[in-house]
Amino acid sequence: MSPSATVVDVKVKDFKPAVHPDWCPGCGDFGVLTALYQACAQLQIQPHNLMVISGIGCSSNLPGFIQSYGAHTLHGRLLPFATGCKLANQEMTIIGTGGDGDGYGIGLNHFIQAMRRNIDVTYIVMNNEIYGLTTGQVSPTSETGMKTKTSPHGNLEGMLNPMALAMAAGCGFVARGFSAQVKHLVELYKAGIEHKGFAVIDVFSPCVTFNKLNTYQYFRDRVYKLEDTDHDTSSFHAAMDKALEWDPKIPIGLFYRNPDPRPPLDALDPALTGLPLVQQDYTIDSETRAELIHEFM
Amino acid sequence: MPESEVIIGIGGAAGDGTASAGNTLVLSMARQGIAGYGYNSYQSVIRGGHSWLRLRFSAKKPLNHGDQVDVCIALNQDSLDRHLQELQPGGVCLYNGAKFQPSYEPPTGVQLCGLPVPDLAPDSVKLPVMQNTVAVGAAVQLMGLEFETLAAVFETTFAKKPAVVQQNVEAARNGYDYAAKNFQPLEAKLHRTDQTWAQCSGNDLLAMGAALAGCKFYVAYPMSPATHILEWFANHAKRLGICVRQVEDEISVVNMCIGANHMGVRGMCATSGGGFALMTEAIGMAAIYETPAVIINVMRAGPSTGVPTKTEQADLNQAFGASQGDFQRVVLAPISMGDCFVTPSVAFDVADKYQIPVLILADLLLCEGSETVATDVLNVDFTIDRGELITTADGSHQEPYLRYKNTPSGISPRAIPGLPGHLYVSGTDEHDEDGVLLSDVFTDPTRRKKMVDKRHRKMATILRDLPAPILEGPADAETTLLGWGSTWGVIKEAAERLVADGASVNHLQIKTMMPLHGNEIAAVVEKSQRLIIIENNHSGQFARHLRAETGIVANGHIRKYDGEPFEPKHIVSAVNDIIAGQEVVDVLSTEPGWRTDHPTGTSGPWEGLQQVTQPDVPIKT
Repeated sequence: MSPSATVVDVKVKDFKPAVHPDWCPGCGDFGVLTALYQACAQLQIQPHNLMVISGIGCSSNLPGFIQSYGAHTLHGRLLPFATGCKLANQEMTIIGTGGDGDGYGIGLNHFIQAMRRNIDVTYIVMNNEIYGLTTGQVSPTSETGMKTKTSPHGNLEGMLNPMALAMAAGCGFVARGFSAQVKHLVELYKAGIEHKGFAVIDVFSPCVTFNKLNTYQYFRDRVYKLEDTDHDTSSFHAAMDKALEWDPKIPIGLFYRNPDPRPPLDALDPALTGLPLVQQDYTIDSETRAELIHEFM
Repeated sequence: MPESEVIIGIGGAAGDGTASAGNTLVLSMARQGIAGYGYNSYQSVIRGGHSWLRLRFSAKKPLNHGDQVDVCIALNQDSLDRHLQELQPGGVCLYNGAKFQPSYEPPTGVQLCGLPVPDLAPDSVKLPVMQNTVAVGAAVQLMGLEFETLAAVFETTFAKKPAVVQQNVEAARNGYDYAAKNFQPLEAKLHRTDQTWAQCSGNDLLAMGAALAGCKFYVAYPMSPATHILEWFANHAKRLGICVRQVEDEISVVNMCIGANHMGVRGMCATSGGGFALMTEAIGMAAIYETPAVIINVMRAGPSTGVPTKTEQADLNQAFGASQGDFQRVVLAPISMGDCFVTPSVAFDVADKYQIPVLILADLLLCEGSETVATDVLNVDFTIDRGELITTADGSHQEPYLRYKNTPSGISPRAIPGLPGHLYVSGTDEHDEDGVLLSDVFTDPTRRKKMVDKRHRKMATILRDLPAPILEGPADAETTLLGWGSTWGVIKEAAERLVADGASVNHLQIKTMMPLHGNEIAAVVEKSQRLIIIENNHSGQFARHLRAETGIVANGHIRKYDGEPFEPKHIVSAVNDIIAGQEVVDVLSTEPGWRTDHPTGTSGPWEGLQQVTQPDVPIKT
């Protein structure tokens, strides 16, 4: 990658790398990525202050397609990795990106714990209701009854509701977007990144190759924007009601923003109240050392 | 009992206060310059059951818990019944005579010291642990030590509770005085020395050693026997400016740890075998990211949940094989509690310099045991070598930065994320020098091979930065005893006894398990006629490793996998068996105290001894 020193006026092009995404033509993830370039440019985030961290799956290739620091981690483990990164350097903007299998399947425990822990990370989940990279198996967000390669007679299991789950886990910023509505997504991202604490943005990101049920048309027919209603984003109960809505209409937009959020973990940990950990002196003076030894005497 | 050495056993149920009685004794000894070593054999219950803490005190620093008991402090009837039989002539047994009575005749020459605890500590009616204090006071008297140091320990322990200090000092004083009037002192006398000792566990020292080596991030999930490392860090986090987190599982632990390391801080995590199993996938991530990481596995007896409160050295293969793929790692096994202090520093430096995962294999024996360590051993400056780490953007950087640059050494200068001009993405997929993935192309054998070769090339010179094997004894000895990790102290003592008995023996102890100092080991083994490998597992994991790496086949094997650690006599006896022609000796802790008809591991009271086993039963015939 080319050297990129501090940029005076950050533009979308500053985030566009030489590498072109290898997603299928028409993949929903393109909209997710485009919106991310725009949100970061509009917020004037310096590329070197941005770290994008993903798990494994088609959508988790995203860090390779944005000019910033990045890590493409293990399947389901992006949130623990991102938490370690944020705790080590809370001055960086940390964005997690992954898919529904990654975050709601193999990584579900970490998702819940990260919300409870309230680390200041923005988590964008490209939810296509299918396992795409492994060529079309059932996902935790696949609808009940949906036929896939591994549910040939229809999905027997219930469908995970990430919005209601996030509410229950104490997440202070809960939103959902649709990758075909990029401008709307940009606003959600910006609000999520600016939120001090864990923010989850679930994005309907259709898999044009393997999911013939949850298509662009499927969502176009169903989604409506909460911003177009009188939804009170500061009300937990109103947000929970909206989170439980699915059929026939599906709300997108900001469900909930805690009006009185707890400070994020990275602002509470006593070791992080001054400089970021990575900039702190890591030596221990001989006087303190003598005191530590004395504890054993 | 050798001159100027005393081994005390404190037996009781969990919750009876064996550990605090032991701590009081050890601390008071250490403050008088007397070295100690403690091993607590306990079971996995919070209340009840049986625990047996053995403390060995000596002017010469003891390196294991020895193999007999001179003083037994029995805190309940069960302990009195179990352990009275194993006392040696000249030994004493202290117990609350108002509550407990021996169920059988003591071995010849053993002094029964029933203490009238209700008279000596009236508070003991309400507060049964006061019996411990009385017994500790009496024991100190019998060892011929002054009372004042013991009294001062109570002042430290209960610093914020003057009433409790007074209560304990009185009870201890009464025990001390009662013993002077009524019992015969021990033959062995301990004497004050000028040495200043710190008394710490291996876990304490792993934690403090890591902190002094620059560890700024510690994350863990509670798992015995590694939990205390987390507790040490939690207690010192604020003061030392270390970020310490307890999180949901060991998968999260290791990924968080690698994340923090990736950003440029020194981060560490610790667990035991089960938790380490969950960490394995991420160890490969650290390897392909070339992100340093230090991970401790405090081994306990497996497989699976195994025997959670017992020691074993059986996770060597797990450490070698952790994570898929072909990559290099370093595995270090500290050889003593004191060595636990230095090992994190070595691990961090090597991890930073070579940008690889470093695994520390300690075990329950080391980490939960306690040892006196000379304060000047701890009061040292670790030189901290962060390797080729780029922490500032100097502006003169014209070439595109390549995080995974293919250098002659294989080590690529590592920029920490956050610097202008050094952007890169690390992938768990195979990637090229600039970090761009190779994995999704049709095929790219040339670049794939280049990157694998680069990572492996880093290991060409690494051995010189790792602790070499330690040879003790004559280089031309007939028999070489080879051990690894925590068995150093016990093998050392066994070797010394064998030499004293006229055998020609030396001792080679391995700390760097992977990579292996094969040439150094071969040079020693070539000079000896007989190689005996001693390890705390069933299948001889190190013996197989040595054969795989060097072709060296041992002549004899001494193995122990019954949960209890080796004692010097086990090794002496087994070495003699091997010299006499045996090939593999499996050692079992069935000496007195263990050689009872008591169903081990039960948590209920013992029904009584069916058949007294003679204390002089040899362990091997």
